[in-house]
Amino acid sequence: MSPAQLSSLPGGRTGKPRHHILSVLVENKAGVLSRVAGLFSRRGFNIYSLAVAPTDENEHFSRITIVVDVESAPLEQVIMQLDKLVNVVSIGELSPAEAVERELLLVTVHVGPTERSQVIQLVGVFGGDVVSVGTDRITIMLAGRPEKIDDFEGLLEQYTVVELQRTGRVALPKLDRH
Amino acid sequence: MQLTGAQALIKSLEMQGVDVMFGLPGGAILPVYDPIIDSSIRHILVRHEQGAGHMAEGYAMVTGKPGVAMVTSGPGATNIVTPLANAYMDSTPLVVVSGQVATGSIGTDAFQECDITGVTMGITKHNWLIKDVDDIPRVVAAAFHVATTGRPGPVLIDFPKDIANATMEWYWPTSVDDLDLPGYHPLTVGDPGLVRQAAELIRSAHRPVLYVGGGVLKARAAEALRVLAERTGIPVVTTLMARGAFPDSHPQCLGMPGMHGHYTAVTAMQRSDLLISLGARFDDRVTGKISAFAPDAKIIHVDIDPAELGKVRQADVGIAGDCRLVVEELLSAMDASGDAPVAQDLAPWWGQIHGWQEQFPLYYDHAEGGAIKPQMVVEQLRDAAPDDAIVVSGVGQHQMWASQYWQFDYPYTWVNSGGAGTMGFAVPASIGAKVGRPDRTVWAIDGDGCFQMTAQELVTATAEQIPVKIAILNNAYLGMVRQWQEMFYEERYSEVYLSPDLPDYVKWAEAMGCVGIRAESPEDVGPAIEKANSIDDRPVVVDFRTDAFEKVFPMVAAGQSNDDIVVHPDQAGRAR
Repeated sequence: MSPAQLSSLPGGRTGKPRHHILSVLVENKAGVLSRVAGLFSRRGFNIYSLAVAPTDENEHFSRITIVVDVESAPLEQVIMQLDKLVNVVSIGELSPAEAVERELLLVTVHVGPTERSQVIQLVGVFGGDVVSVGTDRITIMLAGRPEKIDDFEGLLEQYTVVELQRTGRVALPKLDRH
Repeated sequence: MQLTGAQALIKSLEMQGVDVMFGLPGGAILPVYDPIIDSSIRHILVRHEQGAGHMAEGYAMVTGKPGVAMVTSGPGATNIVTPLANAYMDSTPLVVVSGQVATGSIGTDAFQECDITGVTMGITKHNWLIKDVDDIPRVVAAAFHVATTGRPGPVLIDFPKDIANATMEWYWPTSVDDLDLPGYHPLTVGDPGLVRQAAELIRSAHRPVLYVGGGVLKARAAEALRVLAERTGIPVVTTLMARGAFPDSHPQCLGMPGMHGHYTAVTAMQRSDLLISLGARFDDRVTGKISAFAPDAKIIHVDIDPAELGKVRQADVGIAGDCRLVVEELLSAMDASGDAPVAQDLAPWWGQIHGWQEQFPLYYDHAEGGAIKPQMVVEQLRDAAPDDAIVVSGVGQHQMWASQYWQFDYPYTWVNSGGAGTMGFAVPASIGAKVGRPDRTVWAIDGDGCFQMTAQELVTATAEQIPVKIAILNNAYLGMVRQWQEMFYEERYSEVYLSPDLPDYVKWAEAMGCVGIRAESPEDVGPAIEKANSIDDRPVVVDFRTDAFEKVFPMVAAGQSNDDIVVHPDQAGRAR
């Protein structure tokens, strides 16, 4: 990971990431998210971001991707406590260096006549899409590595952002090529 | 066979071998109470749902079987929250069934509606809201499986009224695979490599201590522990949750560690070079200031809950597994190493230990005349009771004196609220214990503050002919709080005075159908106990008017190092 990428992580430039990604397979049952979130608050662990969706056709299972602030508690303890939840089927631990991480951004920007083309150009450079167009505003979608989203969000600062929504990251292990 | 949901629930409980349950009906659970009339299960009608929960705990702690309680929705369910929290802290297997409003009304703020699965999420091992009548047998079987396997604990089944009235085709799950628990795989056997490492650490230790917690009782490992202790010659401490797991009368037993532990137990742990923790969790009441706890000790930590390993203190060898199985593996590992000694010569260590025992035995001022000493009451109760009597306590000074001065020589003879510290536990828990072991004498040693919280359950005891015996160490105060205010708040007593005679405990006992006895001076104590022991057809309450100024010693102040243990003032000058 390059220093530039590191800087955008919660760990800053210390070289040691403060966050870890947990990929938690759970039974897709009522209240499971509440059990997971409740465990984190009850044990004093901090969640940096969280994303959840069903993983199989029959919707028996969901995958929760949790970015954990590991300074709030030893990662091992977080995993052990999570594993005690009866609805948690398995837990994968992904260090940022070993994971493919992606995130989705939707953002609506106020654009005057001169700004419109500038912003659309920027979207093109980042490989995003304009997904909705109004008279004086446009909504953009951008998917990619969280650091890329951070960069794009930074560049939008010179314009008037009306609304912004990020999904929080999802992740899977990087594949071994050997 | 077609059954209603209510019938299926009761039949499922019967299939689980439930012989008794504690409960109180109400609107939402009404349909379930009808098939109880025809069931083989004995239902004990309590006077408050908290009583049902603690009775189920007392029952579970003495029998090893899960305790079962049934309550209605809303306030019925919230009233059993404290027992659930208590059972969660002390790893007691409970199955609580709560009524719920009909599924169509959930979320509408219906009469007596409460999101009890939400409320109890953090204080149950797991809970279920049944939304399909066909799920009943499976969920009940899963509930008992989860409550009783791995680290035991309480579970709750929330049961909507329309589900109780719906019908289903009866079935019974025949294997664990049918329970739909894909994420539940409790561990049992310890890793053999780690067990060998543990045996090596034990072999090389010069000042080892066996630190025995409640998990040893849960795992029914008392006999295996005794073999291990005698084979190695290592001293044993039994925590508040483990009293009786190793006989107090055994020469290797140092008693209870912790904030009000025996001086020798506390100090031996502090000076130890190896703590072998079996089913204990390094609770703050045992460790004192954690950074100063047993600073030179390596740690072997055995627990069935992997999350306990390293939670408080990093282990040198952490073994996730059932205590009985791991201890047996450890003994096999020792066998396998042939004639090599299993431990060092521990005579120098025992020399030190015997020195502490001589200098700092448990002690109170026996001064003649004056008020009754609470410790003396415990000693006389002990001496007049059968060896296998069950002792139940609430929380506070009386609990510590009971633990210190009783002699626990058998497992499952001590029932108390450890982790949660629930005042009012003793009366209902003693009733549950007596229901579970009707052959045993059951003495509750209670405080006057505790007694007032749940005493109404003695009405239940009288009505159901459950002859428990209650000794109130009545010092007219919330004694433990009073002790702290005396020692740490410059004797500024804030809201701790209760009065010795308001209420009149003898009249109250009589009003509840019990025999009430009062002991006001030391010479009354023996006859009062003798009279109480002679009554076996109804509950007995003895009001012992004890010395209000007596404090519990030894004591490690909250947040202090165990090195700074405070002994009784009469022992203060002695060399440590």
